[in-house]
Amino acid sequence: MPDLGPVIADAGSNLLAARYQMAFTLGFHIVLACFGVAFPAVMLIAEYRGRKRGDEDALRLARRWSKAVAVLFAVGAVSGTVLSFEFGLLWPGMMDRFGDAFGIAFAIEGIFFFLEAIFIAIYIYGWKRLPGWAHFWSGVPIVVSGVGGALSVIAANAWMNTPAGFTLGADGRVADVQPLDVIFNTSTFHEFVHMWVAAYVVTGFLVASVYAFAMLRGRRDHYHRLGFLIPFTVAAIAAPLQVVVGDFAARDVYEDQPVKFAAMECVYETGADQPEHLGGICTDGEVKGDISLPGVDSLLAGFSTGTVVKGLDGVPLDERPPTPTTIHLSFDAMVGIGFALTALAVWFAVAWGRRRDLPATPWFLRGATAAGVAAVLALECGWMVTEIGRQPWIVHGFMRTSEAVTPAQGIWWAFGLTLALYVGLALTSAAVLRGMARRWRAQTVDEPELEAPYSPPPPTPEPAR
Amino acid sequence: MSKPDAVAAILWIGVTLYAVFAGADFGAGMWDLLAGRGERGERARALIDHSIAPVWEANHVWLIFALVVLWTAFPPAFSAVMSTLYIPLSLAALGIVLRGSGFAFRHALPGRLRGPATRVFGVSSLVTPFFMGTVAGAVASGEVPAEGGGDATSSWTGALPLTTGLLFVATCAYLAAVFLVRDAGAARDAELRRYFTRRALAAAVIAGVAALGGVIALHAEARFVYDGLTGDGLPLLILSAACGLGALGLLARGRAGGVRAAAVGAVMAVLWGFFVALHPYMLPESLTIEDAAGADATLNSVIVVFAIAGAVCLPALALLYLLSQRRTLE
Repeated sequence: MPDLGPVIADAGSNLLAARYQMAFTLGFHIVLACFGVAFPAVMLIAEYRGRKRGDEDALRLARRWSKAVAVLFAVGAVSGTVLSFEFGLLWPGMMDRFGDAFGIAFAIEGIFFFLEAIFIAIYIYGWKRLPGWAHFWSGVPIVVSGVGGALSVIAANAWMNTPAGFTLGADGRVADVQPLDVIFNTSTFHEFVHMWVAAYVVTGFLVASVYAFAMLRGRRDHYHRLGFLIPFTVAAIAAPLQVVVGDFAARDVYEDQPVKFAAMECVYETGADQPEHLGGICTDGEVKGDISLPGVDSLLAGFSTGTVVKGLDGVPLDERPPTPTTIHLSFDAMVGIGFALTALAVWFAVAWGRRRDLPATPWFLRGATAAGVAAVLALECGWMVTEIGRQPWIVHGFMRTSEAVTPAQGIWWAFGLTLALYVGLALTSAAVLRGMARRWRAQTVDEPELEAPYSPPPPTPEPAR
Repeated sequence: MSKPDAVAAILWIGVTLYAVFAGADFGAGMWDLLAGRGERGERARALIDHSIAPVWEANHVWLIFALVVLWTAFPPAFSAVMSTLYIPLSLAALGIVLRGSGFAFRHALPGRLRGPATRVFGVSSLVTPFFMGTVAGAVASGEVPAEGGGDATSSWTGALPLTTGLLFVATCAYLAAVFLVRDAGAARDAELRRYFTRRALAAAVIAGVAALGGVIALHAEARFVYDGLTGDGLPLLILSAACGLGALGLLARGRAGGVRAAAVGAVMAVLWGFFVALHPYMLPESLTIEDAAGADATLNSVIVVFAIAGAVCLPALALLYLLSQRRTLE
């Protein structure tokens, strides 16, 4: 298994532990980031409907979702703080030499993060302090800053894939930076749109899956139907769109990151008429156990089977991603799930077009229940393609990940501890959200204001005599 | 003032805001931990919740802000600090995770789990500023070499880092107690007011002793910073001492007005005293602000971003504040 060679060689060093820890903490944070970007929009759609049609159930959904938004934002702020420590703790070599290019987009992100935090608080305070539509509009800046924040962070990641806007000084450090070229490098646009739509796909299907499950259990009142329909409609619009966006993104990767593109389809030898491999294992210069569609990879890359696709042989062995099989299978899983989610969306659209109702069979709701987790899986797979596909580089063409990693001791321990901590955090977050849901089911009227972070303070304590 | 100096000042503004706001949050967590059981403890806790619930998470922003400015504008300094002091920094990050989630969860968890969540919140509120203090002390004592990779343990376990850790803890507790005295006053709870006044005084004494110990340790281990602090930084040091003593006097007399401002003033003055004392260094005697500074265009970007952030976020914060003061609609 030649693929695993470099992995085994690294196993004793820090590199693998640091990569695992970064992958794991980012993989955790990215789900929360999706909620931060898209959940406020879903919540505002519910409020809009509630105000427009005087629908009390829609307003109640918006009120409750705003509390879930606050909990998820709070956990996301914490896991985001950890990431900003990790850039230095795990990758001091990169920050030392490239911090003044890599960091610019993050500095901008700070503004959006702060604005989002403030307006989430305003929105939650506003439920009982702002009149009707004024309250709705107080939520719009949350959605806008979510977009800005995502664009900034993605710009930083895109820069690692296609670094631009700087020259290297004699000391190997960044010099002569052009901030706009750093931010709007060639990968920024396609990565941002793909991630932005992904946030809506993930949030929509995940929130809808909670209500789909409740409906399967027989809670089919207007409140639960609405709780399903609003996020599911959002996801059902986003999912097919994402297939188109992803197709464009893949062609950009073909143009700008040929090695990653080769790994996605296990193309070893440069040439025209490349087949599309579905599944399979990349080994010894060929793909085994796959279903091969002749010429399709070339066709997708350049609209003609004659399109030449660069292979992994285009770069020396030590500049190829260490595990093409992982990249290839992650890519297939992402695309496969994307199409399955699109099929679910089409199914829903057809049924809705015919009789203004969900498909009658329980299999639809079962599918919708599974769709939430599936969407998260697709998201994670997509990121694995991007990140593993860039290896062995941390700043493509300029610095290897192995040059950036910390020489500190005990990284495996740190990783183990982080793993345990985050699993605990995830379980507790889930317990908190479930506890909220249980309390919401128990009470049919109004709930207390203080239930989530950012809520107004409780009534002042009783004065003592 | 050169451009790198200006950006270093922006960084220090972030550090100052974090110290004041998050410092008070950490301290509140410590008092929460020490409040104990019983009716009075529960009332103290309710007041603590009341004080920090509205703003608690926004305060992380200042830390992220400071980290981002540090790595963007002064990459070698960030990398040197991170690769040397990774143990206390990891522990501080751990504390931040536990604290944030402990606080978020204790409101939302079912009753039986609230106790453990509360204790996690309290303990991590104590531990986090301690390790941050050791980091500051280690930087001041010149234990972080410019190229990074300094000794992982001895760099932050000397007398100065440990004293600074203690000083950070005591200062947080002091700030929080002062804020809580005022909040208890606003809630017209005379008993809690006395309760937090006593605690503010106790914390002030501990902070004073730690500060004195810190000065002695500075003299022994960080002569450059000591000289700076007693030289160019002396006016600020005196201002800090005057504010601190003034706040104590007002507290002891039971005066509410001005205590908060004086306490915050004391912390800010000493922080800026250190800024002056460290100048022109970022890492004393090994890396200057000038040498640590990144590309010129990047420094410009940081200045522009800072200006925009002020212009956009301050009105938003004002709106939130107005809203929090507003009565609920019928």
